[in-house]
Amino acid sequence: MTGDLDRYDYLDGNAAAGPLSEIFAIDVLSARGRCAACGRTDAMATARLLPHSHGLLLRCPGCSAILLRLVDTGHSVCLDLHGLSFLELRRQQNGSQPNPPQPT
Amino acid sequence: MGIVSPGFFGRRRRDDPALPPGQYLTESFPVLSAGPTPRIGPDEWEFTITTETGQVHRWSWDEFLALPQEDVTEDIHCVTSWSKLGTTWRGVSLDTLFESVESDCEFTMAHSYGGYTTNVPLEDLLGGKAWIAHEFDGAALEPEHGGPARLLVPHLYFWKSAKWVRGLELLRQDEPGFWESNGYHMYGDPWREERYW
Amino acid sequence: MRTGWNVAEVIGVTQETPTARTLRLRLPGLAGHRAGQHVDVRLSAPDGYTAVRSYSVASAWPGDELDLTVEELSDGEVSPYLVHQVAVGDRLEVRGPVGGWFVWDPADPSPVQLIAGGSGVVPLMAMLRAHATADPRSPGAAAPFRLLYSVRSPAAVYYRAELDALARSPLVDVTLVYTREAPPGSRRPPGRLEAPALAASTLTPAENPAVFVCGATAFVETVADWLIEAGHSASRIKTERYGGTGTSPGTRP
Repeated sequence: MTGDLDRYDYLDGNAAAGPLSEIFAIDVLSARGRCAACGRTDAMATARLLPHSHGLLLRCPGCSAILLRLVDTGHSVCLDLHGLSFLELRRQQNGSQPNPPQPT
Repeated sequence: MGIVSPGFFGRRRRDDPALPPGQYLTESFPVLSAGPTPRIGPDEWEFTITTETGQVHRWSWDEFLALPQEDVTEDIHCVTSWSKLGTTWRGVSLDTLFESVESDCEFTMAHSYGGYTTNVPLEDLLGGKAWIAHEFDGAALEPEHGGPARLLVPHLYFWKSAKWVRGLELLRQDEPGFWESNGYHMYGDPWREERYW
Repeated sequence: MRTGWNVAEVIGVTQETPTARTLRLRLPGLAGHRAGQHVDVRLSAPDGYTAVRSYSVASAWPGDELDLTVEELSDGEVSPYLVHQVAVGDRLEVRGPVGGWFVWDPADPSPVQLIAGGSGVVPLMAMLRAHATADPRSPGAAAPFRLLYSVRSPAAVYYRAELDALARSPLVDVTLVYTREAPPGSRRPPGRLEAPALAASTLTPAENPAVFVCGATAFVETVADWLIEAGHSASRIKTERYGGTGTSPGTRP
């Protein structure tokens, strides 16, 4: 009973990088996550972000189940990750530093 | 505390005594959604009230429309800070729907097509305070705004007015719904700014 | 990466088109960023009301300065302020640059296909600039780059002179597709980008390019579908949707 997907009402998960950067020490959107509902495994950045919601919601692009839910109450941040059954966080590799080397 | 941007006022009007604290007036009707918009036809729509004994009271679309209808004008307040004054709705009072329901419970959970849930105490649904609304501003309620029918509990923050409502479940104890389980207030009185835990 | 909100100073403004302006910001402590990242900008009214929007970074240089190009949305709340009111010397609250996914990595030797719809060219411009100034020893410096830029009219093109200059590099190819109004003498009449034109002016699946698509959600959706139908692997396509027409990108409630 998820109904039609409004194809143009969402953004890429990448757009949530700002708020998530305040919580995770690394870029969690580059991590691979597995949807607990359908098993689809892909970069969290490919999830669908609903921009007009009461909180930050990332939904699975495959089955539209909720992968991540975040509400900032002002005095706390509530994070619900029960839609994720797995998360692979990659260590920084050589050549992909956050800051590019200066041209010489 | 952030720095103030000189000349920036945002898209909103100035304060008004009809506005609860921290709210801004809007003329538009913003659409907030936690998920895809369900499209429910009248043929498949039904509304149920389920009691603690498992008894189910059920209304089809036609049965629902045959009930006494009320036209109401109410102010609505969204927890994301917009308020809209004098909105007009048509629907069935929860008093009417609960006439034949026997229950000792004090709490309810509203369930929606699409899976959304929100909890409301029973006494906030009765006494002319809540409706199942199917018209807004003289026209059939659009799916984006919760059509075919939504719960309307205007004295609480608007996330309690579940869109695409399909039933109420009576509960002995209060339980959190979708947003209440992740930071939002169990009750949600806008005049007391009960936004979050 | 700097986390949380920081105060940036506006140190320059440039009108790109009648409806878009580039703001140059200085963000003390910033030491460069990755090409394709965005920042969140927060505006606060005197009564405490705030509005947050995301904007892609257009520049790609080391140091503590960055450029944002902002398109005014007709019903926008933040963009009209940034396009018309902000002046040199003003301060803005900024979070980021953030985002480690929609970025070009100079260590990646793959050919790169960039596809922009309108203001979606901004983060792709950062990638072109990063490529042009990349350390020649980095594998990506020698990678071919192609930009397909779908734009309403000649007057709506961002970074015109710089794109022309970049396209003089044998490694860089820039194709403009005009959707409503083409320049005089243009061989192609104005019209929407279609699948055959997309296939004809982009790197082929056989070249296995890294593909970056940015624009309004409907544009990105359509282009990504065409690319996959043409044989590109979904895992090679990265997208950045700006939302529907008139919807601000990356908003928070």
